[in-house]
Amino acid sequence: MNASMKPVSLPSPAPLLSRTGWVAFLVALIVVCAVAPVLNLLVPSDSVFHLSDYGVGLVGRIMCYAICALAMDLIWGFTGILSLGHGLFFALGGYAMGMYLMRQIGLDGNYKSELPDFMVFLDWKTLPWHWTFSDSFVATLFLIIAVPGLVAFVFGYFAFRSRIKGVYFSIITQAMTFAAMLLFFRNETGFGGNNGFTDFKRILNIPVATPSMRMTLFVLTGVTLLAFFLMARWLINSKFGRVLQAVRDAETRVMFSGYNPLGYKLTIWTISAMMCGVAGALYVPQVGIINPSEMSPANSIEIAIWAAVGGRATLIGPILGAFIVSGAKSWLTVAYPEFWLYFLGALFIGVTLFLPDGVVGLVKRLSQSAQKSGDRS
Amino acid sequence: MTPELLEEGARRAETYVATHPAASGNTESGGRTAAFSRLAIPGAVDTTHGRILYLEDVSVSFDGFKAINKLSLDIAPGELRCIIGPNGAGKTTMMDIITGKTRPDEGRVFFGSTIDLLRYKESEIAQMGIGRKFQKPTVFEQLSVFENLELALKTNKAVGSSMVFKLDSAQSDRLAEVLHTIHLSDSVSRQAGFLSHGQKQWLEIGMLLMQDPKLLLLDEPVAGMTDEETERTAELFLSLKGKHSLMVVEHDMSFINTISDIVTVLCDGSVLAQGTLAQVQADERVIEVYLGR
Repeated sequence: MNASMKPVSLPSPAPLLSRTGWVAFLVALIVVCAVAPVLNLLVPSDSVFHLSDYGVGLVGRIMCYAICALAMDLIWGFTGILSLGHGLFFALGGYAMGMYLMRQIGLDGNYKSELPDFMVFLDWKTLPWHWTFSDSFVATLFLIIAVPGLVAFVFGYFAFRSRIKGVYFSIITQAMTFAAMLLFFRNETGFGGNNGFTDFKRILNIPVATPSMRMTLFVLTGVTLLAFFLMARWLINSKFGRVLQAVRDAETRVMFSGYNPLGYKLTIWTISAMMCGVAGALYVPQVGIINPSEMSPANSIEIAIWAAVGGRATLIGPILGAFIVSGAKSWLTVAYPEFWLYFLGALFIGVTLFLPDGVVGLVKRLSQSAQKSGDRS
Repeated sequence: MTPELLEEGARRAETYVATHPAASGNTESGGRTAAFSRLAIPGAVDTTHGRILYLEDVSVSFDGFKAINKLSLDIAPGELRCIIGPNGAGKTTMMDIITGKTRPDEGRVFFGSTIDLLRYKESEIAQMGIGRKFQKPTVFEQLSVFENLELALKTNKAVGSSMVFKLDSAQSDRLAEVLHTIHLSDSVSRQAGFLSHGQKQWLEIGMLLMQDPKLLLLDEPVAGMTDEETERTAELFLSLKGKHSLMVVEHDMSFINTISDIVTVLCDGSVLAQGTLAQVQADERVIEVYLGR
């Protein structure tokens, strides 16, 4: 048999990014780190090239959303597990950051007390136990990743071990998020209840509401998004990523090929939750508020919409999706506030019916048909 | 115990001690080499007694329906066993039990003399060396033929090692060889979802070969194949016989006629008859269950 065997050329492993991919990546990095700061801080505000503070805030926020969409793509697009609970992980990261920001207010609050205002208002005398490390920035950085990660790990372990799949899993994640929202709404849990945390003054003892701090957070968010993109790309390009896709396509075959899907699902689920936590932590100082409404079911569903609109299982698609949908949202809520929700609904129906692979899928299809017609002529 | 087996056992013991330094030296017998003839090595399949798979009085029922009823069956190393039987005879359920998908209500299932399969999960059983092909071809449709085979490759399948996995040259050669065996060398980069039904069947068989299993369970491997493809499959199975043990469930009698030595007829969850195809076809009871009263 071997004698007659003609050599087979096996495909070599795919590079992390193609040549054009790296160029685009570097351009994005330069835009985030250099062009945007220069246009915002150095170009005078009456120039046409000036980037407004509003614009910086908007794009900064959308980049946080894009991180969530990317995280959603890893678990939904590549592994086929639709989570409707990513809003929870986002909010947990945000709350961890918010607690630190509340402690940074120090004695400058309305009640001039060491304790955050809402605790004084509730007539509390000492910090609750879970605020112990909230004055340390390093501990906060750790908690931003660890808390969503731990919640996701424990929840995921039991859900995946019991082989809960498909729509049942989605519903349970949604219920978990809703339960957490109700919990955070209560005053006695020590998270500021209905109002959450706001009125932040400083971060690392630097005033938070200045143009330069706004720009710093913007750059930080942009760099984080790009770094997460590379990480996601590396994960998906590895055999680990292919096992995830295999789990999505035929989980029993994966098991009978000798893989235990539990570990794979749990790993990507936890990573995805941690990414959302980081996004939430970057989001809170930029918008200046975190409250339980971030855990409302609609927020988690919106994350799934970004991924679907942009194109599942494409990595770049969900990032675009977050920009398209959130950009349209911020424009429409100003221009046509009554119609925004109709637009969102129509968008989701339209994408489901006509663009199963999202915007990226549409672009691919168009460029392919253009190529074909080019070949014919 | 025959001299060959003793010698083989001694060789195994030597290699085991050589690769596991902790096993030598501080033995129970005070530093002397223990006089073991047959070393039970964890994970290794012990076929000294001439059987690679035993099923003993296995029963399972779903909602009161006895899908498997006191089934006893055993397979020798290197044997190619064909299983036939009317619909609902319990053929697929039997494979579910062997591969860990279904837990039997009672009975014992052993892989070799030492491994109790009922104690392991699907993925662990697959890693120990039991490969399974489903009735409906099941491949990873969104991945290429190459990636499908690469995933099936026998290697460390933990999360961490998958992240840093790189195909080495020996593995590449193995992959190329399997690609050639399953006649898909020209479709290496093709997406598996675009293959024809027969090619998907071949790909799934190829994935089993990549796992390098000791025992292959094949559920209707030639369903939907053209005559030529069926013929090639028969050749392939005959070439695997001896090196691997195979258990083939089929309805295609001419295919069975080509490949079989011993045929087992299942009916209502237990063995009805066993023998060469001609023998079982002449059996009154077999004729009865197939043709009806």
